[in-house]
Amino acid sequence: MSYDVDAIRADFPILSRKVNGQPLCYLDNGASAQKPQVVIDAVTRGYAEEYSNVHRGLHFLSNLSTEKYEAVRGIIARFLNAGSEGEIILNSGTTQGINMVSYAWAAPRLKAGDEIVLSTMEHHANIVPWHFLRERQGVVLKWVDPEPDGSLDPQKVLDAIGPKTKLVAITQCSNVLGTVVDVKSICAGAREKGVATLVDGSQGAVHMPVDVQDIGCDFYVITGHKLYGPSGSGAIFVRAERAAEMQPFIGGGDMIREVSKDVVTYNDAPLKFEAGTPGIVQTIGLGVALEYLMGLGMENIAAHEAGLAAYASERFAGLNWVNVQGHAPGKAAIFSLTMEGAAHAHDLSTILDKKGIAIRAGHHCAQPLMEHLGMAATARASFGLYNTRAEVDRLVEGLELCHRLLA
Amino acid sequence: MASAAFEEIVEDFEFLEDWEARYAHVIDLGKAMPALEDAFKVPATKVDGCASQVWLLPEISAGTFRFRGDSDALIVRGLIAVLGALYDGLRLDEVLAVDAPAELGRLGLDEALSSQRSNGLRAMVERIRKLAAEAVAA
Repeated sequence: MSYDVDAIRADFPILSRKVNGQPLCYLDNGASAQKPQVVIDAVTRGYAEEYSNVHRGLHFLSNLSTEKYEAVRGIIARFLNAGSEGEIILNSGTTQGINMVSYAWAAPRLKAGDEIVLSTMEHHANIVPWHFLRERQGVVLKWVDPEPDGSLDPQKVLDAIGPKTKLVAITQCSNVLGTVVDVKSICAGAREKGVATLVDGSQGAVHMPVDVQDIGCDFYVITGHKLYGPSGSGAIFVRAERAAEMQPFIGGGDMIREVSKDVVTYNDAPLKFEAGTPGIVQTIGLGVALEYLMGLGMENIAAHEAGLAAYASERFAGLNWVNVQGHAPGKAAIFSLTMEGAAHAHDLSTILDKKGIAIRAGHHCAQPLMEHLGMAATARASFGLYNTRAEVDRLVEGLELCHRLLA
Repeated sequence: MASAAFEEIVEDFEFLEDWEARYAHVIDLGKAMPALEDAFKVPATKVDGCASQVWLLPEISAGTFRFRGDSDALIVRGLIAVLGALYDGLRLDEVLAVDAPAELGRLGLDEALSSQRSNGLRAMVERIRKLAAEAVAA
C-alpha cells in the first residue's frame, strides 16, 4: 500500500488552518499530536449519543458506554500485542502510568539502598516518580549516560544493574534526541538477573510498531494524546505476574468488590487499578485513534517518518550554523536544534511561529539530559505521520530567516 | 508619560514596514544593549515567569528610576532594551503611572511579542513596578 500523505493530511482538520497568516506547519508532535476527524467524531458522538458512566448502571446507555469503553482494552492489547487484554490498565496517560508503577509496585517492595536504573535521557515523568522513592524511602537512582552520538548502549544499562537493583526504567525513544533504544536487549538482560523492567513508550509507540511480548518488558506505558488520540487517555501494559505484585494505588469506586466499615476487598486487575470514573470518552477516542494508526499500518508510518528523518538530516547538514543534538543510527524524526552564536531556542521558536511553524523550545521536561548536553534549551522539531518533505523545506527556510535576523 | 529615549524608539519603528524589519530592529536593540555582569545575575535580580532567563537590576538615585537587564534570549534582550528606554530617568511616581502594554503597542509589534505571557513581558513590568513601589516606600 502506498502511503498517501495528502489523503492522510485531509483526515486532520486542524492542518488546513492558518497561523499568523501562514498555513500551519505543525512540528510539535513530540509534545502532543493533532487528531484525525474520526477521533473528533468519536468524542462528539460519545457525548452526543452514547454517554453514561461505565461499569455502573444496568440501563441502555450505561451498557453502551461500558461496551465501547471496555472494547478499547482489546484494541490497546492488539496495538501493543499484549498476551491478554487483562494486562491493560486504562488511565490518563504516561504520567499517571509511571506514578502508578512507582506507588503500586515499587513503593511497597523497595527498601533503603535498593536501586533503580534509569537513563539520563528520561522524561521527567520517568524520573520524578522514582525521586519520590529516593526522598521517602532511601531508594538509590543509578544513571546511565548516552554515548556522544546520543545512542544508549544496552550493555552499559545492564552493567549498571547490581545485586540491589530492583527495576530498570528506560524510554524506548528519547523525546529530545530521537534516539531509539534497544529495549529488547535491555529487558532480556534484566530479566536474566531477575530485575523488573519498565519501558516508557510515550514516544516509541507513536513512531514504530510495538510488541510488548517481543520486547519482554514488565511494564509498558503509553499516552493517548501523542498517539493522535484525546488528551487524558492512556494505558499501561502490566505483565500478569507483576500485576499480582501490585498494591492498589488510588482508592475509590470501580476498584472495589465490597466495602464495609471494617474491611475492603478489591476487584481483580485491571479494574483494581482503575479507581473512580475514568476518562470514558477520551478512552473511546483513543481506541479509535489506535484503529486509525493500525489502519495506516505502524510499519508504513515508521517508513514514512524514516524518509522524513533522512531528508531533514540532509537539509540540516547543509546549514553549517545549525547543530543537531543526537545522531544515533535509526533515530526517530525528532530533531533538537541549536544555532551557532547567540540565538536562543526561544528566539527561534518566536520567529518560526511568525511563519506558521510550531516547534517546541525549552528543556523538554528532560533537564538531566540537557545538563548532560551542557545546554539550557533546544528548539525541537518533532515530525508525525502527516508531515511532509515540503514542511521540512519550510522549516529550513524559517531557520534561514532566524539566522539572518539573529546571527 | 514615556521618556524621550522611548519616543525616539517609537519614531524609528514608524519607518519599519513589516514584522521582519520590526523584529530585526528589536533584535538589534538587544544586541546593542550592554550585557549585565555575571555578578548581578543572581536570584535577587532574576525575574520568574519568563520562558527564557531574565535579570533586572534597578539603579535608583535621587528619586529617578533606571534599570539594567539581561536575558539569554535575543528577542527578550531587545524587549528589555525597549523597556529600559521606556522607564529611563522617570520619577518613581511616573514609573507607576506608565501603561507599559499600551506604550509598547505604539511600536507596532504584534500581539505575540507585546503581550505574550511566555516571553515574560508581563513579569518584567510587574517587577519594575514592584521595584519602584519599594523605592517609594523606603
